[in-house]
Amino acid sequence: MDTRKEKFPYGIPDHNLTEIEREIPADEPPAWPVNDQLQEVGKRRIRVDARAKVTGEAKYTSDIRLPGMLYAKILTAKVPHASIRNINTQEAEKLPGVHAVHILRNEDNSYPDVKYVGQPVAAVAADSLDIARQATRMIQVDYLEKPFVIDVEQAMKPEAPLVFDAPIARQADGGDVGVVHDGSKGQGNLRGPSTSSFFGGPRGDLEAGFSQADVIVEQTYRTQVQTHVPLETHGVVIDWKPEGMTVYASTQSTKDVRDELADYFDLPKSRVRVICEFMGGGFGAKHSTSPYGPVAAILSQKTGRPVWLMLERKEEHLMAGNRPNSIHYLKIGAKKDGMLTAIQQRSHGTAGVALGAGVGRVAQILYECPNFATEQYDVLTFAGPGAAWRAPGNVQGAFGVEQAIDELAEKLNLNPLAYRDKIDQSEVRKVLRQRGAKQFDWSRWKPAGSSTGTIRKGLGVAQSTWPRFVDLDSTVEVKIYRDGAVEVRSGVQDIGTGTKTIMAQIVAEEFGLKTADVIVRIGDTIFPDAPGSGGSKVTGSITPPTRNAAYKAKMELFKQIAQQWQTDATKLVASNGMILHKDDASKKVSLKEALQRMRTGQITASASRSDDYGGFAQPWGLAHGHLGSVQFAEVTVNTDTGMVKVDRIVAAHSCGRPINLTQIESQINGGVIQGVSYALYEDRVMDEATGHMMNPDVDRYQIAYSMEIPAIEPIIVEEYPALSSTDAYGIGEPANIATAAAVANAVYNAIGMRMYEIPITPARILKALNHLDQ
Amino acid sequence: MKEDSNKSDTNGFTRRKFLRGAGITTAGSVLLNTGLLAADFHSAPETGIYMGPDAVTVQMQINGQMEHLTIEPRTTLATALRDHAGLTGTKVVCDRGSCSACTVWIDGKPVNSCMTLAIDVGGREVTTIEGLAPGGNLHPVQEAFIEHDASQCGYCTPGMIMTCAHLLKENPNPTLEDVKIATRGNLCRCGTYPHVFKATLAAADKMK
Repeated sequence: MDTRKEKFPYGIPDHNLTEIEREIPADEPPAWPVNDQLQEVGKRRIRVDARAKVTGEAKYTSDIRLPGMLYAKILTAKVPHASIRNINTQEAEKLPGVHAVHILRNEDNSYPDVKYVGQPVAAVAADSLDIARQATRMIQVDYLEKPFVIDVEQAMKPEAPLVFDAPIARQADGGDVGVVHDGSKGQGNLRGPSTSSFFGGPRGDLEAGFSQADVIVEQTYRTQVQTHVPLETHGVVIDWKPEGMTVYASTQSTKDVRDELADYFDLPKSRVRVICEFMGGGFGAKHSTSPYGPVAAILSQKTGRPVWLMLERKEEHLMAGNRPNSIHYLKIGAKKDGMLTAIQQRSHGTAGVALGAGVGRVAQILYECPNFATEQYDVLTFAGPGAAWRAPGNVQGAFGVEQAIDELAEKLNLNPLAYRDKIDQSEVRKVLRQRGAKQFDWSRWKPAGSSTGTIRKGLGVAQSTWPRFVDLDSTVEVKIYRDGAVEVRSGVQDIGTGTKTIMAQIVAEEFGLKTADVIVRIGDTIFPDAPGSGGSKVTGSITPPTRNAAYKAKMELFKQIAQQWQTDATKLVASNGMILHKDDASKKVSLKEALQRMRTGQITASASRSDDYGGFAQPWGLAHGHLGSVQFAEVTVNTDTGMVKVDRIVAAHSCGRPINLTQIESQINGGVIQGVSYALYEDRVMDEATGHMMNPDVDRYQIAYSMEIPAIEPIIVEEYPALSSTDAYGIGEPANIATAAAVANAVYNAIGMRMYEIPITPARILKALNHLDQ
Repeated sequence: MKEDSNKSDTNGFTRRKFLRGAGITTAGSVLLNTGLLAADFHSAPETGIYMGPDAVTVQMQINGQMEHLTIEPRTTLATALRDHAGLTGTKVVCDRGSCSACTVWIDGKPVNSCMTLAIDVGGREVTTIEGLAPGGNLHPVQEAFIEHDASQCGYCTPGMIMTCAHLLKENPNPTLEDVKIATRGNLCRCGTYPHVFKATLAAADKMK
């Protein structure tokens, strides 16, 4: 491969910004300067699809209406554990307006065993959703009920009813990412442990580490099951015609859904087209359409008509994913000077009938510590499967680790922020702490117990890390047209994060256009493959090929213009809608006119994500460095009522080169609000006697609404790692990790009692204040 | 149709019985507060006419147009708009009056269209998100939502805008607290509230 040397900005502006020379592929564009010297990138730009969203014109999957379309409804199991003796659909089939009934069966035609309330059993397609609902209620299912267990600790006991009596396949997106067990280890419902990840396995010698320690914190932290509650539920509209299947899917990954359905029905991938133009929230749970997607496809095949199948709200809570809970034991030792000597971690959590409840990454990588070991167990229970949820495993992990660090600081008589300065090796988090503390005025911090009276105030801080994941299978096409249009295309979907807009900004920057001038067509598998929206990897994966493809298309155009001007293409620049000669002011042409002069009607250039400049930490796409976050929380606790109010959060974050400041702030706001909601309100309440979820809606399942929203002040720190042509990374997951821990530390600071379990409800506060735990 | 066919299998109460008690339920607040404005609608004449179970044709004034919809009497206003009138801007999220995503205006007042039977609308004027920008001229709240990035996934946006635009009709000088109170029944899972507050206050300034 031809390469050339290129100097890049490197480091953090107003801190340690310098230049670094990288060897880069010869066909990649020159280094961009830092953001304040760019026109469109790094600026506040209006979302390119904002108008469609505010007028109701945006068509989400649930809004798709096709000629002849039927509405489908799933019948779900009403008992947590049973074998099915018989399913009678006769009455349902006779109901006028019903077109097809489908019963889920195993490959050998038997009925699948029921393992949780909400498991799909059958489905109906009808002229209207009301008729489909009515028909599902007419299906009679004869259950042979069996014993079950819901509670994690009960499920671990040897005599507990078994969810599965054999090894099970791992659910790919269930929890913490990395090298994990496959469910074959362990006994009964207790599977695992997982003892390593892609950041390396256990290190050093725990026993030796603890023997060197002067202070030790040993505690167990508990987090609850949280459901995703995307406002648009999971769902598809599938039109299966003889020539192929068209799937409108509310998904975080058009590519994964295409592959999943092609595999399921043994179709060539080219015969499955997946479209997702607008998507009503996913937060990790919408990478797959299983099990409802194949059901809709079968109903479409049976009826020869398009079938609309969106889950209802209750079904969404029960079957479409959740953040597993955790019982998280931590033992951390430190010397008198604060340096960590050993970290031992053990966790148990349940992803229901799935795996993926690990929480170990934060403890493993947030702070350097020579001696570390982890055991992470999955506990199977008779409840709906877990799924990735914004920074899977890390939110639970940080809730424990960042409180334990505060506890260590207190034992060492150190300010918790100063203590982190001492033990944290991350340069970017140092800057985040400095700038965040200034904005927050951390100097107001006083030791716990300083606030007295009925209404008590507290301050807390917590931080987190997130890897820079890159998906190399990320391809973008840029097309320029003789009529003046500049267009960017990719299969990648915009799940509300603003992917469309940042792609437009990057192409606009390259062509000297305005963001609004660029046409963005994405969210369709007829365009080149691109990654799913998970791991905060889309921005880091898709923006470099976006820029590189735009650059290639531009250079093709420049070559044609340069020929006319009898000069070299490298002498031309695009700026402000014009193409100019760098050294000859007399030579200029508007981009529009240059496009009209093209020899062909259009020029198409495509680019795929190249390796990071200087290579990856791991060749599959784990980049060097990390995304930092430090969040500061200010809370008020009413010691009479036990109510906690989060008053203010200062959230300091880095995501490489920021592309759209407004959109990044929107995502930080969202991560913080979801974190506050997780810390104080949300809880999937299960009835252990029946196995039913008691709050499968959005009022009894409590979520932060407008009255609970704190003042949120995002701080975005630019950081240039010189790893790609854009140096940009996502912010979705980092924004959500530290919040619950920061709130918990602030609550401790307010009342002097530590909350080892979330949600921090008034009952838990009062129990702690009255010392009812003993 | 069987007598219990309107029974919700999810909520444990019948939609019809609930509506009988509450009248048309108002949006902009959580379940407990529904019915606050219901008294305004109680002047509706008692027709005493039985309809259904088969589909009936009803006339409805939607966004200034008279629409003729053939719907089953059990059809909610939300379903009538989305599945029969082709107006999918109105979203159904909780389907039980607790998230306000389906907020539309009836005679200028916000209601949860998922908790309102279409046949109960009668001669009243329905305004949906599609009717807020006649001729493509955006309402100032819509403009401000664009300017201040007040939607992420955008699924709560139509309901949120119908709530905020109504607030500004009633109260042209809202405080931050007023905006929070007005939107207290509108669920946004992406957590876009700070920008919704900012946008609504900015729109109020602009409308002066």
